[in-house]
Amino acid sequence: MSDTRVGVLLSRVRVEEKLLLAELESRRVETKIIDDRELVLSLERKPDLGVDVILERCIQHGTALYALSVLDTWGVPTVNRYEVAEICGNKLLTTMRLIRDSVPSPRTRVAFTPESALAAIDELGYPVVLKPLIGSWGRLISKVNDREAAEAIVEHKDVLGSYLHSIYYVQEYVPKPGRDIRAFVVGDETICAIYRYSDHWITNTARGGRAENCPVTRQLGDLCVRAARAVGGGVVAVDVLEGPEGLLVNEVNYTMEFRNSIDTTGVNIPAKVVDYVLEVARAAR
Amino acid sequence: MSKCPECDADVTVGSDAVKGEIVSCPDCGAELEVKETAPLALSLAPEAEEDWGE
Repeated sequence: MSDTRVGVLLSRVRVEEKLLLAELESRRVETKIIDDRELVLSLERKPDLGVDVILERCIQHGTALYALSVLDTWGVPTVNRYEVAEICGNKLLTTMRLIRDSVPSPRTRVAFTPESALAAIDELGYPVVLKPLIGSWGRLISKVNDREAAEAIVEHKDVLGSYLHSIYYVQEYVPKPGRDIRAFVVGDETICAIYRYSDHWITNTARGGRAENCPVTRQLGDLCVRAARAVGGGVVAVDVLEGPEGLLVNEVNYTMEFRNSIDTTGVNIPAKVVDYVLEVARAAR
Repeated sequence: MSKCPECDADVTVGSDAVKGEIVSCPDCGAELEVKETAPLALSLAPEAEEDWGE
């Protein structure tokens, strides 16, 4: 029986959370579920949380980000850390870290007005991809094939979107072979990867993409570990595109979903995550 | 067993169900959240919001 007490901060118990809780239970780890909808944090004083480490599994980025911010300030060990949530939860910040660390990624432009966004799109050349800075599961991502479509989408974002949608994040469209790669990094190891196949240009399995095992070559493994380190490390899922000139890191996810990847890869992902969580707790003692 | 709040169908969950777990109604497919396990109480799961995800 482990003497480490693990808090699991979550919003709903999805398949992933259930697998993680089962893994903790199988090791007889004392586990405390913290429902983020019931959480009240008294900022003036750090309470006795009764745990040695917190595994963050919130479904809302905003909740995760600010809960981790407080926990980080209090010195509570968390997986992932606040910095990782802040960087990974924002595509612009992620791209800047990837560039800083020379991790190859699609060419990207950022603009702040509709006019400059159209200029950036024209400069990158069609097609391009417009993405919201914050968001997941392929939501509100647009492939823009020509100037007329660009004008329409930019106007819609300007008029109908929140202020964050007026920060235009424009990426080159990378032609890919009907699939992309999702690789899972835990600590310093790329533990497994899947191909995500789809006839649609958006390949997220949350959008119906089909998963197959992807062998972790040394090149892929090294690239993903570098991407993980660039955003602060921990437990992350790295989305990789197979571009004409090589592999490109597209996004890094910090509250990764893996339900379609355990049987596909034969790797016990929740066990690897729990190993890491316990290691973080031990290192903090 | 409990009733689906959307379509009133009978819904059962596994014995290992936990509070906060998401299940689907076998009749209408609605996503339901387990609010209590004993006795079983279900509510409609919240709709996805803009910052939901990974």
